[in-house]
Amino acid sequence: MDATTEQLHGHRSLQHHFENMEQQREAGTLGMWVFLVTEIMFFGGMFLAYTLYRSAYPQAFASASNHLDITLGALNTGVLIFSSFTMAMAVYFTQTGKPRPQVICLVLTLLLGLTFLGIKAVEYHDKYNDHLIPGRLIPGRPFGPEVAQEGDHDPHKLHLLPGATVRQVELFYWIYFAMTGMHALHMIIGAGLLTFLLIFSLKGRFDPEYHSPVEVIGLYWHFVDIIWIFLFPLLYLLGRHLEHV
Amino acid sequence: MSEHIVSVRVYVTIFLLLLLGTGLTVAAAFVEFPGKLNTVVALTIAVTKATFVVLYFMHLRYSSRLVWVIVASALFWMAILFALTFSDYLTRGWISVGY
Amino acid sequence: MKPIESFEIPEPSKVNYINAQYGLKSWLLTKDHKRIALLYLGSITFFFFIGGLYAMMIRLELLTPPGDFMQSATYNKVFTQHGIIMVFFFLIPSIPATLGNFLIPMMIGAKDLAFPRINLLSWYIYMLGGVITIYALLAGGVDTGWTFYTPFSTTFSNTYVVAAGLGIFVNGFSSILTGLNFIVTVHTMRAPGMTWFRLPLFVWSLYATSLVMILGTPVIAITILLLAFERLAHVGIFDPALGGDPILFQHLFWFYSHPAVYIMVLPSMGVISELIANFSRKNIFGYSFVAFSSLAIAVFGFLVWGHHLFVTSQSVYAGMIFSFLSFAVAIPSAIKVFNWTATLYKSSISYDTPMLYALGFIGLFTVGGMTGLFLASLAVDVHLSDTYFVVAHFHYIMVGGALMGYLGGLHYWWPKISGRMYPEGWGRFSALVIFVGFNLTFLPQFVAGYLGMPRRYHAYPPEFQVFNVLSTAGASILGFGMLIPAIYFVWSMRYGKHAEANPWHLPGLEWRTQSPPPTENFAVTPIVTWEAYEFAPAEETEVVGKFRPEMERI
Repeated sequence: MDATTEQLHGHRSLQHHFENMEQQREAGTLGMWVFLVTEIMFFGGMFLAYTLYRSAYPQAFASASNHLDITLGALNTGVLIFSSFTMAMAVYFTQTGKPRPQVICLVLTLLLGLTFLGIKAVEYHDKYNDHLIPGRLIPGRPFGPEVAQEGDHDPHKLHLLPGATVRQVELFYWIYFAMTGMHALHMIIGAGLLTFLLIFSLKGRFDPEYHSPVEVIGLYWHFVDIIWIFLFPLLYLLGRHLEHV
Repeated sequence: MSEHIVSVRVYVTIFLLLLLGTGLTVAAAFVEFPGKLNTVVALTIAVTKATFVVLYFMHLRYSSRLVWVIVASALFWMAILFALTFSDYLTRGWISVGY
Repeated sequence: MKPIESFEIPEPSKVNYINAQYGLKSWLLTKDHKRIALLYLGSITFFFFIGGLYAMMIRLELLTPPGDFMQSATYNKVFTQHGIIMVFFFLIPSIPATLGNFLIPMMIGAKDLAFPRINLLSWYIYMLGGVITIYALLAGGVDTGWTFYTPFSTTFSNTYVVAAGLGIFVNGFSSILTGLNFIVTVHTMRAPGMTWFRLPLFVWSLYATSLVMILGTPVIAITILLLAFERLAHVGIFDPALGGDPILFQHLFWFYSHPAVYIMVLPSMGVISELIANFSRKNIFGYSFVAFSSLAIAVFGFLVWGHHLFVTSQSVYAGMIFSFLSFAVAIPSAIKVFNWTATLYKSSISYDTPMLYALGFIGLFTVGGMTGLFLASLAVDVHLSDTYFVVAHFHYIMVGGALMGYLGGLHYWWPKISGRMYPEGWGRFSALVIFVGFNLTFLPQFVAGYLGMPRRYHAYPPEFQVFNVLSTAGASILGFGMLIPAIYFVWSMRYGKHAEANPWHLPGLEWRTQSPPPTENFAVTPIVTWEAYEFAPAEETEVVGKFRPEMERI
């Protein structure tokens, strides 16, 4: 817009109840941080449940954890960390007024996020095949993995450490699906938000003066990454040192 | 614009550190540490990785004191949830009813 | 220091936020915080009457010892639904979503809240949660108690637990968005010169309330989700027969639900600070103590939830910690009561309707708070837990405290909100009827509970009947008393005396714009150079003393 209009009405993205762009940006950033506090408390309840049941049934949790695919889990961790990097770069390119690299980075972030979800889908499918979906979530297919006997190294069978019961392993999978499922839901929402960002970026709505949505959605995306940074060792790695394969 | 723009070099460094941390935590998972140390090691690495993400990717390092207070409050409140709940679970075995 | 009457209020224009635009769409798609406050006012009043109907059903059943009015299964649904509606759909949103939404921008000198569209979204989410819950009620109800204790709620109850839980879950997001909006607004949108310590105490209270909403509500969200999945999938996360822990549910549930009661009472305390200072024409005694006490209540309120688990298998050592902390949380509340009382001392009190509610609050909240201390004592709680003593205690706080503040605030700010005065004579009359009816309802319940009458029972031994009869009589008076304001508020919107910009002649920023305000609140952003409750010396103001001759009398 021309200089006179900008002087009279402020930046075209300035909302009427704010005095200036600085106030608007500050409010937006603060709002997202406050929202992330609610997310921390939300996941916190599940981390509490995890901690309690893990201390109650350590052997069962280790057995169940060892049955998860560590390669896929580690790969997913790498994918998500990479996507956090590309997201941070997208913010950087917006701040420095480079729209083309900005769009590329947003596309990469979205693709990496979808890759994460794809790998997760593969993992969930494996669990479904091994009858590891807990309780009666899938009607007609209750929790019922085949337990491996002494000396049987079949990876599809559940290897129970001494003291672990199938009942307790089911509790682990309950928590596994609740936490990774909730995390995946947040990633899906994040993917949706990224799509919006892409559309607006392609329309040229963001510039060094106004790019609050990119920053703020970036904060959300990094937060989802942080949740996974904790989920990965707690769910996938807790019993590896007890593996006797 | 009062925003601080973080350099590409910092982003790349943090990214590589995060990947390193991931590799480290996977490797450490297979080593048998004494007692509960496995968990401590894993959580220490996770907390370090998370700290890098929060400080540099989320720009906390360059944010106002108010944002620091907000992040600290969230962690503090999680701590309250855990600490007071565990004050129940950890002390249940302490008393044996004498009648 | 300027006397109040010389402050320039711009020439009142005929255009205000109510008549600025016409049509249903302009209300349902509004971004104006004042219109959103009115949308909430309507919905909250609706849910209040539904909760009240359930209350009447409870009191009717309890008139006689045998369970003759309804079966126990039905009675379980009635008290559950009374609790759910009153707690989640009336008390928690009441003051923040109506008075808070309306007044916070005005009190800080802003044009709107930080996120107007999120504000509107929060109302739609509230309505969605309400619709889902009403569906649960109509489809067959829920009978677990508003506390949803497991494993009854997860395994044995045959009622619409998941639907009711879903309604509450959705409603929680409304709470979170409101709190988020308030926090960001107060931090970033104060007018020039409006420092934190010049803010009205109402704003401090709502800020503290918002902290509780942000930190607590997500925990009940995840708890309800886990409960719903447990009920659908039968895994055993809270079911002892399957290896789960029902006490974990109670820890997670009460981690939010105790601070929730501070969500309900803190805004009311904020209103009371406004009423006490303004209707005694005196600056609040110990402003910073009251402000910090609001924050202290918000923080300490998160440390005491285990007192709801004293009679469970919770460790007695944890019980001791929670008991000590429960005593500690009473301290900031007591500081506030002392400060309000000190404000009244040697002041110039006018006994208008809002002040009557404020004075009632101080007495009733004190009773409620002190009986809370009985319950915080471990040994006494063993005797009193799950009796009517507890019921009376929390109703003194919720009705005698929170509701009184809400009604007082509604009356006080009614001229600003609607541009009309309510009839003062009827206002005072109904305040007194409500006070008498309330005490008659709940005071006997303390005695009945202490003597052993259990709560949540539809039949009881005959020796408790006298208390129940008194209580039901009181409830009828209370119900009658609350119908009167419902009628005259609606009446006043058409026939009430037109209110000027500052009908009470007070220094607050909200009174320095016309009644009702224009959409943008202030024609020019004010620059604040005065403290929160700066009253002009007595000789310079026209209205001093007890009664206002110019108020309408019926």
